[in-house]
Amino acid sequence: MAKTDSLQGSLDLLVLKILSRRPRLHGYAIMAAITDTSGEVLRAEEGSLYPALYRMEEAGWIRAEWVKKETGRRARIYELTAAGKKQLGVEESRWQSVSLAINRVLREA
Amino acid sequence: MSLWSRISNALHGERLNREIEEELQSHMEEAIASGRAPSEARRAFGSALRAREASHRIRAAQGLESLLADVRFGWRQLCRNRVTSAAAVLSLALGIGSCFAAFRLIDALLWRPLPISNSSKLYVLSRKMIGLYGKPAEDAHWSTPAFKVMRNAVRLDLKDQADLIAISDSDRTDITWASDDDIEKAHVAYVSGNMFPLFGLEPALGRLITPADDRGPGEHPYAVLSWDYWNHRFGRDPHILGRSLRTGDQTFEIIGVGPRDFTGTEKGTVTDVFLPVSMNRFANQDDITWHLIFLMLKPGVNPATALEPLRQHLAAVSRALEAECSECLRGMTRLDVERFLNQTLVFHPAGAGISDLQKDYRRFLAILGLLVALVLLIACVNVANMMTAQAAARSHEMALRISIGAGRRRLVQLILCQSALLALLASVLGSFFAAWSAPFVLSLVNPPDNPARLDLPADGRVLLFGFGLMVLIVLLLGLLPALRASAVRPVAALKGGNDPHAPRRLMRGAIALQVAFCYLVLFLSSLFVTSFQRLENRPLGFSTDRLLLLQTVAGKGQLPVVWNQTAEALRAAPGVDSVAISGWPLLGRIKINSDISINGAPPSPTPAFFLNVSPGWLSTMKIPLVAGRDFLPEDNSPGVAIVNETFVRTFFPGVGRATDAIGRTFSRGANRPLNKIVGVTPDVPDHDLREPNRAVFYVPFAGIDAKSAPTVEGFATFVVHSDAQNPLTLADSLRKLVAQRHNRLRVTNVTTELDLVRDQTIRERLIAMLAAFFAVVALLLAGIGLYAVLNYSVLQRRREIGIRMAIGSTRVGIVRIVTLDVFLMITLGSCAGVALGVGAAHYVASLFYQVKATDADMLALPACAILVTALIATLPAILRALHTDPTEILRTE
Repeated sequence: MAKTDSLQGSLDLLVLKILSRRPRLHGYAIMAAITDTSGEVLRAEEGSLYPALYRMEEAGWIRAEWVKKETGRRARIYELTAAGKKQLGVEESRWQSVSLAINRVLREA
Repeated sequence: MSLWSRISNALHGERLNREIEEELQSHMEEAIASGRAPSEARRAFGSALRAREASHRIRAAQGLESLLADVRFGWRQLCRNRVTSAAAVLSLALGIGSCFAAFRLIDALLWRPLPISNSSKLYVLSRKMIGLYGKPAEDAHWSTPAFKVMRNAVRLDLKDQADLIAISDSDRTDITWASDDDIEKAHVAYVSGNMFPLFGLEPALGRLITPADDRGPGEHPYAVLSWDYWNHRFGRDPHILGRSLRTGDQTFEIIGVGPRDFTGTEKGTVTDVFLPVSMNRFANQDDITWHLIFLMLKPGVNPATALEPLRQHLAAVSRALEAECSECLRGMTRLDVERFLNQTLVFHPAGAGISDLQKDYRRFLAILGLLVALVLLIACVNVANMMTAQAAARSHEMALRISIGAGRRRLVQLILCQSALLALLASVLGSFFAAWSAPFVLSLVNPPDNPARLDLPADGRVLLFGFGLMVLIVLLLGLLPALRASAVRPVAALKGGNDPHAPRRLMRGAIALQVAFCYLVLFLSSLFVTSFQRLENRPLGFSTDRLLLLQTVAGKGQLPVVWNQTAEALRAAPGVDSVAISGWPLLGRIKINSDISINGAPPSPTPAFFLNVSPGWLSTMKIPLVAGRDFLPEDNSPGVAIVNETFVRTFFPGVGRATDAIGRTFSRGANRPLNKIVGVTPDVPDHDLREPNRAVFYVPFAGIDAKSAPTVEGFATFVVHSDAQNPLTLADSLRKLVAQRHNRLRVTNVTTELDLVRDQTIRERLIAMLAAFFAVVALLLAGIGLYAVLNYSVLQRRREIGIRMAIGSTRVGIVRIVTLDVFLMITLGSCAGVALGVGAAHYVASLFYQVKATDADMLALPACAILVTALIATLPAILRALHTDPTEILRTE
């Protein structure tokens, strides 16, 4: 629980950012991208990734559609909406100010 | 968009689960393909079920989904007890449908505003006074000169706060469109020229009557048709404009057609033709009151402050007018003059129209509303009992639900869903019932000459009422069982020790309530039914058998000899047994009173009613003579008279025997010619079956004036006794026969004496019929309810009964413990019912005929009916209790 919670605040930011660079990814690819680009430091748990995706979908930040894969199975791929782009900006600037604040605390305390 | 997708997901929960499952599967496939061990990939997901639940919760509208589940569950519950549910739905449907129908009638007749602008600012002027026989009376009719004076007073003295409008009653009148042989009837109302503009009405065709069309008497012969009449009589022919119609000796030109939904201000009657007030022959007579006066406040005038000054001013104007009117007060004693002038002017709100139908049926509809509400309540109590029993049977299930984490709100929702389902089904059925029954009941208000016509639209008002009623019923049915169920303490319930008597106590209370309502319904209906029977069986004193009545008019009047010749011609027609003439038929709702003065003294305060009849009328009507003789052909009026026994008692109190009254004289007012009494008849009801017998005298049809010259008669009724059983078969041939004589006599209306008598009791018959119907329904429902409760209680106490039997309780003892408290409740309910009944009956005492709410048999009858029903209803449960096999019960424990 504690581990997923620690990522919770930033999971939305990471997903939005990744989708903004590389549109039309499915859930596994998003998870893999988070792992890869963070140099295997950050890991999104499956158990929290999908609820987060659905929540963002309901909020209208991302939209999903079903596509056929080569294996014949269907995959659900996600892409950013206009509202999602705006939200990404909000999240990014919040992250900047939070990390700045944390850094200041670490420096001066 | 997002809310919509969540609602849609809630509606398709299974599909959503499949999609989530598919996506997770696809994810795992990718993971395995990218080199992770299958078991590790699966573990990473944690519990698949949990992941799915969490995802599902996000993507579906939770409340809606649980609601749907509850509805489905409730439906399954209803289907499980199919018979009980069907009975519940049917009884509720009957209750709801009746309520709905009653509301439609009450709303349409009494509450619905007229389709005019500013209907809430419309009032009608009326005066309260002490009338005949010292009873308080109210009269809303005014003369046209009084109207004009009052209108000017409002305009000049009160600075334009209001307008006065004159509108006559919508009378069924003879009119002709082509030749005089084609008379037809139409409802004609005379209206002042300002009515259409003030009501904000626009013509559907042509133009409407304006103030300019209502100036001088006889100057503006213009008529406006109502849309309804234009539609059904002329098929909306646009060429109707310019055509002429005749009524009496006047010809009117059609100038327009009124708006579609306006049918006049008289609810229950559809006005066909509107004419200007100034065209009526009474319009310049100050002693004839013939139309209503409405007051319409101007926009922006506050009724709270403006009405009282207006009323006071108009009262002063009206009083001054009455005192000036010499014709009105002629021949009155000083006491009468004082009484006449001592009247109060009142304003009544008239936004919903004004009509006799409203006056006659207001209390009737209140009673109808009360009866249907009671029946609905009885049905609700039944169904609530059923649900309480089911909830009690499900207390284990409820306890289990709470134990595994169901919220109390969810439990309340579960039970309310079930009651909402019941109410919804019942409402749908009930509205079909109402759609049929409201017009049906209205169609029973059908006096042959003037059947009630009322618009019964199913619009927003009706829908709103229906919706409110449904919500109320859902709460009535479900709230108590729901709260009880949600208050279940799981530990106690699962142990099996949750106070088993609690639901029974609740249901017993419900029985008492039900019996009280049932008693009230039975009590009121027995009063109405008895009332009707007594009215129907009131001895008439004359025969209605085979009597055809030809109500005939004669333009400006014809001499008695012409009338007699026509009667002679009718006598010669085949199938006719005898023919007589009277001024108007008995019980035809016409009454004309006359002052009576004995020995030249001033008239007595009690008037008498009179009727002019030809020789042979008494024998045609089969009215015997107590003393004296019938009129002879040479008798004239004034001159001789035949009186009834009440007349003798009232005006000759010293006369012991009827024969002694023969030869006495009276006159119709001081200094009028004398009439010698030549015969005495028994009392017969003359104009209203409900009223006690009045003093009545008959005078010869042949009238003479002061110089002994014969006077003309403008209207009379030929009373024809036919050979055939159904006198109406003669109607057409006799009507033609009268017309063929070309003596200006024309039959305007044909009816039978039997119809007139029946017409007198329409309201009483209707209310007796409906009340009897609802009494049967109430008794049936109460019986079913009683049966169900007792049966349930015996089932629940099976163990206790078995043990009692095993330790030697007698059969009588068993019956006593099973039925004692139920009969206690019935007694309690009946007592409450008596109190309610006497209170309610007091309010409608004016609708009863020769019955009083305090009559012992009236009070006992409903109690007996309830007792018998209770005995029948409890019998199966008692038998079941007695057939309990103790060994079997104890073995299963």
